[in-house]
Amino acid sequence: MHIQLAVNGEKHEAEVEPRLLLVHLIREVFRLTGTHIGCDTTHCGACTVILDGRPVKSCTVLAVQANGREIMTVEGLERDGKLHPLQAGFVEEHGLQCGYCTPGMLMTSYAFLQKHASPTEDEIRWAISGNLCRCTGYVNIVKAIQHAAATLRQ
Amino acid sequence: MIPSSFEYHAPASLDEALALLARHGEEAKLLAGGQSLLPLMKLRLASPTHIVDINRIPGLGFLEEADGVLRVGALVREADLDDSELVRSRLPILTETARQIADPLVRNLATLCGNLAHGDPANDHPATMLALGAEVVATGRQGARRIPISGFFTGPFATALRADEILTEVRIPLPPRRSGGAYLKVERKVGDYATAGVAVQVTLTTQGTCERAGIGLTNAGLTPVKAERAEAALRGTALTEDVIKNAARLAAEAAEPSADLRGSAEYKRDLIRVLTARALRKAIARAQGQPA
Repeated sequence: MHIQLAVNGEKHEAEVEPRLLLVHLIREVFRLTGTHIGCDTTHCGACTVILDGRPVKSCTVLAVQANGREIMTVEGLERDGKLHPLQAGFVEEHGLQCGYCTPGMLMTSYAFLQKHASPTEDEIRWAISGNLCRCTGYVNIVKAIQHAAATLRQ
Repeated sequence: MIPSSFEYHAPASLDEALALLARHGEEAKLLAGGQSLLPLMKLRLASPTHIVDINRIPGLGFLEEADGVLRVGALVREADLDDSELVRSRLPILTETARQIADPLVRNLATLCGNLAHGDPANDHPATMLALGAEVVATGRQGARRIPISGFFTGPFATALRADEILTEVRIPLPPRRSGGAYLKVERKVGDYATAGVAVQVTLTTQGTCERAGIGLTNAGLTPVKAERAEAALRGTALTEDVIKNAARLAAEAAEPSADLRGSAEYKRDLIRVLTARALRKAIARAQGQPA
């Protein structure tokens, strides 16, 4: 089936089997490998991308479902060689250890901060409850998101 | 993990979708949120040869009040329920239930109608719909019929929906004044199925006695359980602590949970007793207008 969609603002087209998962389209067809495959069972959130404004687990969406829609991946955060405040926040606050969950954490918190400019710690923890960090580095992840929220408010 | 091959259909209208179901029958599966269906297909526990994606059908995303009923369309996501001021103000039990399903990312796609149509006794909405006395609307080529939720779940992963019908809407009667509800769930971690869950909805008379009580149980048997004897034991009473404890005991008796990694059957049954009593106290306090 022929599909076309916008990824990080750029138009992409592909000829895909209906059973192809969105995460495989992004990684293997479009070669955007920032989006990770973690558990592959809808638990961990490493594959989180933003689909028409809402973060979703791309291992649990068919590529054909994204036909005609807009996707944003972690590659879409940086602009003109400058890190997004969220990425800068993760650097500043040591918000990653192994880094495997980070693309998902970034995409979930990107969508979250659009709606919550001044979130509490509880709200942040609630928002990222579908993204697992096996290094258990949640304390610094929360700090990184708070750091980004503060930058974005300025 | 990759699903087996299938033919993909994205109908642009309900009529088109119904025609596809009529043609492919049991070979076809509907895709709304896909958050139960796609994991099952990836595990090859389900291998439908036709997928009918209803996401491009206009007019199924309604969430509105009409004639004393909350109407929830087939494409209303859990996140929409969570965000809805109408739901929060009129049916706080529904907000409470939606917020305990899976995790925030899954809830951006998962739907209430799909949660019911899947027929999984471990899903959370069935208990809440049983407590609220909801109806589902099954639309087929000959028209739509309403099915009371109490007659909807016919077996494990089986419902009264026919293979050529679509669950297009859930209709929830908006509770009158002096009503309150609560959904309590014990889960090992975010995203896990309930070890046990209990939904309670009560309406009080002006004298403060119990006019109506609905109790639904999650993961307490092969189908979602309506704890009818417990409900009957509450009706017409003054809802004293003794009455609450007795109803909680009857709810536990209605449960037939199975042992798994989440606990033994005995543990789960007792959990239902404890959760029923707590949910009742919370629902009653809310019906009395107290913060709970």
